[in-house]
Amino acid sequence: MKQVRIGSGAGYSGDRIEPAVELAERGELDYLIFECLAERTIAIAQRAKMKDPEAGYDPLLVDRMRAVLRPCSEKGIRIITNMGAANPLAAAAKVREIAQSMNLRKLRIAAVLGDDVLGILQTGDYTDDTGLPLNRLGNRLLSANAYLGAQALVEALAQGADIVITGRAADPSLVIAPLIHEFGWAMDDWHRLGQGTLVGHLLECAGQITGGYFADPGYKDVAGLARLGFPIGEVSEDGTVVITKVQGSGGQVTAATCKEQMLYEIHDPAAYFTPDVVADFSAVEIVELAPDRVRVSGATGRPRPETLKVSIGYIDSYIGEGQMSYAGPGALVRARLALDIVAERLKMTAVQASELRYDILGVNAMHGDALAASHSEPYEVRIRVAGRTDNLREAERIANEVESLYTCGPAGGGGATKSAKDIVAVLSTFLPRSEIKTSIQFEESRHAVT
Amino acid sequence: MLLRDIAHSRAGDKGNISNISVIAYDPKDYPLLEKYLTAERVKEHFSQIVQGQVRRYALPTIGALNFVLEQALTGGVTRSLALDAHGKSLSSAMLSLDIPDADKG
Repeated sequence: MKQVRIGSGAGYSGDRIEPAVELAERGELDYLIFECLAERTIAIAQRAKMKDPEAGYDPLLVDRMRAVLRPCSEKGIRIITNMGAANPLAAAAKVREIAQSMNLRKLRIAAVLGDDVLGILQTGDYTDDTGLPLNRLGNRLLSANAYLGAQALVEALAQGADIVITGRAADPSLVIAPLIHEFGWAMDDWHRLGQGTLVGHLLECAGQITGGYFADPGYKDVAGLARLGFPIGEVSEDGTVVITKVQGSGGQVTAATCKEQMLYEIHDPAAYFTPDVVADFSAVEIVELAPDRVRVSGATGRPRPETLKVSIGYIDSYIGEGQMSYAGPGALVRARLALDIVAERLKMTAVQASELRYDILGVNAMHGDALAASHSEPYEVRIRVAGRTDNLREAERIANEVESLYTCGPAGGGGATKSAKDIVAVLSTFLPRSEIKTSIQFEESRHAVT
Repeated sequence: MLLRDIAHSRAGDKGNISNISVIAYDPKDYPLLEKYLTAERVKEHFSQIVQGQVRRYALPTIGALNFVLEQALTGGVTRSLALDAHGKSLSSAMLSLDIPDADKG
């Protein structure tokens, strides 16, 4: 029976590179995917592109491709990634350049375009998903990208792409596309697409399903986390998947790691919306077949939504932050005094902040005073003051009020740090599918070597 | 006993919404989760953190519950002032809930 082997080489933009090389060299893969776009990444990338038209793709694209292109090229492993971010075309050109510099065989590199809908939203009266008009953002609007489904990726594969580079596409679509291509699933085979979405969701965070972000010593022990292996999905024609990893790599694949990942960032398990399908994970079954081999089956699906979600990046505000540490006897009371001083100073000097937060790290910074109520006196603590402002100058004033505790605050404060920066935030809207036109552009690496 | 003794958990974020899974190590303990981890109890536990409603979804075939906590992330990861802007650590706060020992079968 035909199987497709898909490896997941990155769960976020800054992820480790070695596990992907291990997958390419020893994973016996058909496809290697890299999921590298967090919610606001594309807005930040858009700003880079505004400064330099050749920029705006993933910062680690070059390093990753240099590391995996040779084994992938030699073994015929096709690569699918959203590392194009705000500039898939420039990313594809860069990959062509890298392939040529490495004297690799001729590779067909496809950029998928059409997710950038900023122009559409700027020319009409659109509102965000809370009903507020988008034009209120004025020049603070940075980017608008629709979550594309698998369709254009499938077409790129059908046209022979060895490497497919997208901007904003739904994470599971990176995995559904090769399954549709290999198995010939219909685009309205909702049950299979639902199961394919589950496969994509399980794989998209890479090491999170092989024991990464899982260990809790004494309760959940995981061996070899420093050489964590990334996952492989062995997918059958009906969409059933066996999750595994390269033999001898660190980490583990168990029913428990698969269950945690299945529910990661899911709301109603019976209605997980993607551009390809509304997937239903509510009756999934997870069975351990052998060490590091777990079978996941039983997802279904319903017809896909008529609109596509659009993620809008904008400059929301500025955040100023300062930190300072206190240690030894009386550390906590000195830290509290330091926070009181900063609070009084911010009031006295009329710093314009719409929101302020005073934390004592090691005491109440994570979950507030109620959940931290049973704590004992710590040996060392660190204070943190953070505030939201309308401009950079006010944010800097908040940060400075913490740093000036060096000469004006309680005894023994040390290790002050400060920062002030603008905050790129995202909000959402929805557009009808008919408004969004996708296309594929190929970048041939012309340097053919025998 | 603590919930931590019978279950594990992971938190995820979407905008200003946190979701926290609670998964029984042993599927036999799943009824305890269903009985003691009501949406109301979880809302009460996170009362200083969660401003919105708490919804609970049951996944008996894998012995897990999924909680969706609205307005839980001080505006969401992209604009929150919180140190843990994603709310990743909320899963550990969930596991500090108490489950009566007597019912442990």
